[in-house]
Amino acid sequence: MASFKPTKIQVYPKLGEKVTQDTLYWKNYKAPVQIKEFGAITSIDFSPVAPHNFAVTAFTRIHIYGPFSQEPVKTLTRFKDTAYCGRFRSDGQLLVAGCEDSVVRLFDVSGKAALRMFRGHTKAVHVTDFTSDRYQILTGSDDYTCRLWDIPNATELNSYREHTDYVRCGVTSKLNRDLFITGSYDHTLKLFDARADKSVMTMDHGQPVESLLLYPSEGLLVSAGGRHVKVWDLLKGGQPLVSMKNHHKTVTCLCLSSNGQRLLSASLDRHVKVYNTTNYKVVHNFDYAASILSLALAPNDESIVAGMTNSILSIKHRKSPEESAEVSGQQRRTPSYRVFVKGKNYAPKQDDYLVSKPVKQHLAKYDKQLRTFNVSNSLDTALATWTRLRKPEITVAVIKELDRRGTLKNALAGRDEQWLARLLNFLIGNLVDPRFAAVLAPAAEMILDVYRRVVGQSPLVDRQLLRLQELLEREIDYQQDLLEVLGMLDTLFASSLPRLEVPHPGTSRANGLGAVTSKKR
Amino acid sequence: MVEHGDIRVVHRGGSKINSREPVVTNDSRFLLCASGERVKVFSTSTEECVHDLRGHTDLVTGVLLRPTNHLQVYSCSVDGTVRLWDFTDGILIKVQTCSWLMFDIVCMCVCAELFQLVAVHLPQSGDQLVEAQELSAVLSNVSSNPAATGFGRGVRAPPLRSPNAPPGAITYPKTDKDNKKGGKNTLMCIACHPKDDCIATGHEDGKIRLWRNFNHKKEYTYTTLHWHHNAVSSLRFTPEGTNLLSGGLESVLVQWRYNQESERDFLPRLGSAITHIAVSPDGTLFCTSHSDNKITIIQSCVKVSAVIQGLVNGESVRTDLMVDPRSKSLVLNGKPGHLQFYSLQRDKLLYNLDIVQQEYIHELGLQQFEVVKVAFDAPGNWMATVEERKPKAAEPEINLKLWAFDEQTQSFVLNTTVSAPHEAQITSMCFSQAADGQTSMLVSASEDGHFKAWQLPRSAYEGPSWSCDFVGDYRGLAPQCCCFSADGSLLAVSFQEVVTVWSPASWELLTTLSQPPKAIRDLCFGRLGCSKYLMGTTASNLLCCWNLLTCSLEWSTSMDVSLLLSDPLTENMAAFCCQAESTDLFVFKPSEPRPVASLKAVCSGKVTRAVFAPREEMLESCEESSQWLNRSQLYFLTQHMLLQSPAHVLPSTSVLCSMFVESLLVSVADGRSVVHEHLVHVFLNNSHSDHLCLTLNVSQQNTHRL
Repeated sequence: MASFKPTKIQVYPKLGEKVTQDTLYWKNYKAPVQIKEFGAITSIDFSPVAPHNFAVTAFTRIHIYGPFSQEPVKTLTRFKDTAYCGRFRSDGQLLVAGCEDSVVRLFDVSGKAALRMFRGHTKAVHVTDFTSDRYQILTGSDDYTCRLWDIPNATELNSYREHTDYVRCGVTSKLNRDLFITGSYDHTLKLFDARADKSVMTMDHGQPVESLLLYPSEGLLVSAGGRHVKVWDLLKGGQPLVSMKNHHKTVTCLCLSSNGQRLLSASLDRHVKVYNTTNYKVVHNFDYAASILSLALAPNDESIVAGMTNSILSIKHRKSPEESAEVSGQQRRTPSYRVFVKGKNYAPKQDDYLVSKPVKQHLAKYDKQLRTFNVSNSLDTALATWTRLRKPEITVAVIKELDRRGTLKNALAGRDEQWLARLLNFLIGNLVDPRFAAVLAPAAEMILDVYRRVVGQSPLVDRQLLRLQELLEREIDYQQDLLEVLGMLDTLFASSLPRLEVPHPGTSRANGLGAVTSKKR
Repeated sequence: MVEHGDIRVVHRGGSKINSREPVVTNDSRFLLCASGERVKVFSTSTEECVHDLRGHTDLVTGVLLRPTNHLQVYSCSVDGTVRLWDFTDGILIKVQTCSWLMFDIVCMCVCAELFQLVAVHLPQSGDQLVEAQELSAVLSNVSSNPAATGFGRGVRAPPLRSPNAPPGAITYPKTDKDNKKGGKNTLMCIACHPKDDCIATGHEDGKIRLWRNFNHKKEYTYTTLHWHHNAVSSLRFTPEGTNLLSGGLESVLVQWRYNQESERDFLPRLGSAITHIAVSPDGTLFCTSHSDNKITIIQSCVKVSAVIQGLVNGESVRTDLMVDPRSKSLVLNGKPGHLQFYSLQRDKLLYNLDIVQQEYIHELGLQQFEVVKVAFDAPGNWMATVEERKPKAAEPEINLKLWAFDEQTQSFVLNTTVSAPHEAQITSMCFSQAADGQTSMLVSASEDGHFKAWQLPRSAYEGPSWSCDFVGDYRGLAPQCCCFSADGSLLAVSFQEVVTVWSPASWELLTTLSQPPKAIRDLCFGRLGCSKYLMGTTASNLLCCWNLLTCSLEWSTSMDVSLLLSDPLTENMAAFCCQAESTDLFVFKPSEPRPVASLKAVCSGKVTRAVFAPREEMLESCEESSQWLNRSQLYFLTQHMLLQSPAHVLPSTSVLCSMFVESLLVSVADGRSVVHEHLVHVFLNNSHSDHLCLTLNVSQQNTHRL
């Protein structure tokens, strides 16, 4: 006795959602670890040396986290007011941070107290960075100035007063110790050379600049401000290369993936977009719970750390190969299911006596009704609201199965007005869908056959029949247009193809009784 | 040329086991059933064939346990003998010939389809060969369907003694009813209650009628039971008379409580239509035979305990005969929607593979999916199937499925389903024979004017699945045949009278070959040393051989080839030529037009399907004429569904001889073979004398003579 074979639900490819290499790469992260900080997280910086700790600047503290710890390994608390922009030096030994109280502090990563304090700014310092020779510090402040400081003497080397608004971002060149770029709320980016007293290049971003990023080759500069992300070619004198507008709120942070192939931008609209750096198209998108202020990627993209306005730090770690293999094999099940299958994978020992239990076949409701030949009821089940709206393929599969059994007419006949209206509604929604048309078109004909007599008795049904007719007319016109286009394309292709000479057999011997027919194109 | 005696055609296996109802022995350990010219003894617990009772020279038409000795069994056959066997040891005890009877059967079956019930007195004698001459006519003009004859076990009157006994009474209501209502209540089957005065009849309209009060002189009464929606094909009371079993096309075994007919038990989804029901004498085992050549053994109407499956042979084998390269088994259509893998060596069904994977609805006139094409790749890693369903009004539904061989389960697992691969019927399908075995390619040709190449791209994300690689067409003509060369470097596709040769590597049209005026019927590349040749047959009775190096016709000859096929292991090709009701077989090498071997009149009728199956061990025959059979055997199916293969008559090889199974395979559905069916049927009454009751096919004149 064979068991009942359930109705086969055709699996259709999901439209619009393409699995690309990027999706696989960026989805291959574990569920985020979330840590509550004391205030909005304005800056995250990874230490350039292993084990790649990262400094998180939030409110009046800087927490330094280890790569996998959920507790800070170190906390720097010697700030009188809100701290900004905690940055590691390239050897990972020193850390600099600005503060709302205009004092720039330099810390030893292993110590607690500040090694140096740089006083001179008059307003909050939002930008700090080390130059590539490791002996100088660049700072930018709300007093419109940016300054260079000498670390050994704790003295100010130079001050640049070219910006006309707050300086909120800046980067130093990793290749040249004298070059640095700052971005300001006056919409401009300025490239400074420490050997000269003024800026050597000025670029207009168009919006208050929030973040800057230099490519590792330092030929290209990326700036973010307002909703725009712009790429500038420094080697061509600051020529704008690309302007991207993919966010719908201010872009706050930029970073580059470890191989330099992907650019990430975080925004107040709670999204992180991943761009391909060859064509600057968005290849992936992350969603977060709140507006993102800061974002950083660990070396080798081992983790993605994002700081948000609701003072939550979200750390996503990359899955190890075995974890990713396991998850792709089976989807997550609910805990009740896990209880249900408990002990299923128990391997019997050698002297265990095996009692076999018949496996119970689980059937969907419409299948149970089909098994007992309750064709009308199974159609009712398949047309239930949830199924009809969310899984039209199930409804279509049941209609197809009924048609195969030759009982569709019986199932459709003898219904009331409400039911017929519901069915017609379903047809109007799905009849022109190319996935379902082959099944639904004969079914629609059958409905018209069955209810031909009662047309005109119910205004509700009549209205829907008219709508259906209108829909079909539109679809026919559309198909005709498509065929016309296809014909045009055929002509174009045929004329553009090179004339191919079919290779004749080399010998002139007759090919049997008939001559070789050559293919004409 | 070859002498005729060297090679002959033998019938190989696959005989019907569902032609007559099976018999369960008293101890329920064995099941006996008529199978072609033999009686097979199966074990009810292990499903294995224990004994093969051989001796009849024609179709066995009835099997019956001997009432006086429950270890012996009678069998009767169209050859006019009744034989008595000891089935536990498989020994023939006695042969009773009715030579006179035999003569009658043979000459009368041609003119009229009249059946008569006669009683044969089997004389008690010690001799092994006994002639039974005593015949007494019981009833004339009985139905040819053995199920429509039943024997009551009336308490008072043994039915055979009194001529007015139940058999006569049953024909009465049948004719009576027919006259009155004229509906579809033709009598299909009959069963008598073992204790009560009650007869159950099954009718074509699906109703069962219970007739009572026959043995009394009172007016009989009847009640009607209706569950079946198609004809009731079999009825049986359990030995105690407490239950009535019925079965029909719905393939549901229905158990009715006697006297409480509203209570029914069902055993659904038995696979296919029930043709016979048998109950073991102690009532514990039920056996149902099914139309797909299967016997199911059921324990007390709840559990199927064993299934004995023979070679399924539907009305027509839509797929070609195929040989699975791994198991070397024959692959062809099985039960609806299935493929069967049949071991030729052991004459046993290995397994059925569900291709369609859809619930089969047992209803007449319903269009269902049918498997129409099968192809295997050379190492047997991939199988491609095409299933088709043609609704009356709508477009045909076609599915192409690709199956991967799973080492773990030793079976094929569905890999890819392509729904609607073509817009019209698929005419031909073949796998590339690439030598490296790494990249397989499938080509399907369809009547929609396109042929498509399917390939297996290694996708990084999910498992590999097949996708379309190339769509080719030629002047809008419909491709008929396609064939890959032995090394997979060339693909030949025939479009009507033109053969196009393509390069699968670049999908370039290399050359065209043609032989007007008629369309190409078959295409075949040569193998091994002859791989430069392409053979083709045309509808205008021409066999052509093209040399692909010179792209010219090498030779051609005029013969009406109905089937052309090549042996994958040798260079040989076989051509079946249909000439005047009989078929000739020619075996030749493509390099020369002279046949290696030729067999005249291998069978009557047209050969529809044939296949070369590799031998398990190579034969060492040095005779030139029979060398072509050294490495493989040729099996073919004729229109009458005979599975045959030419073989040597080699007395030395005992292994081979034992496999010369001379069983016939006659399909019931085939109108031509009705003549052989239902000729003789044996029943034994429950009296203690060795009387047999036979249903004979005789004409009116013979009735007088009797």
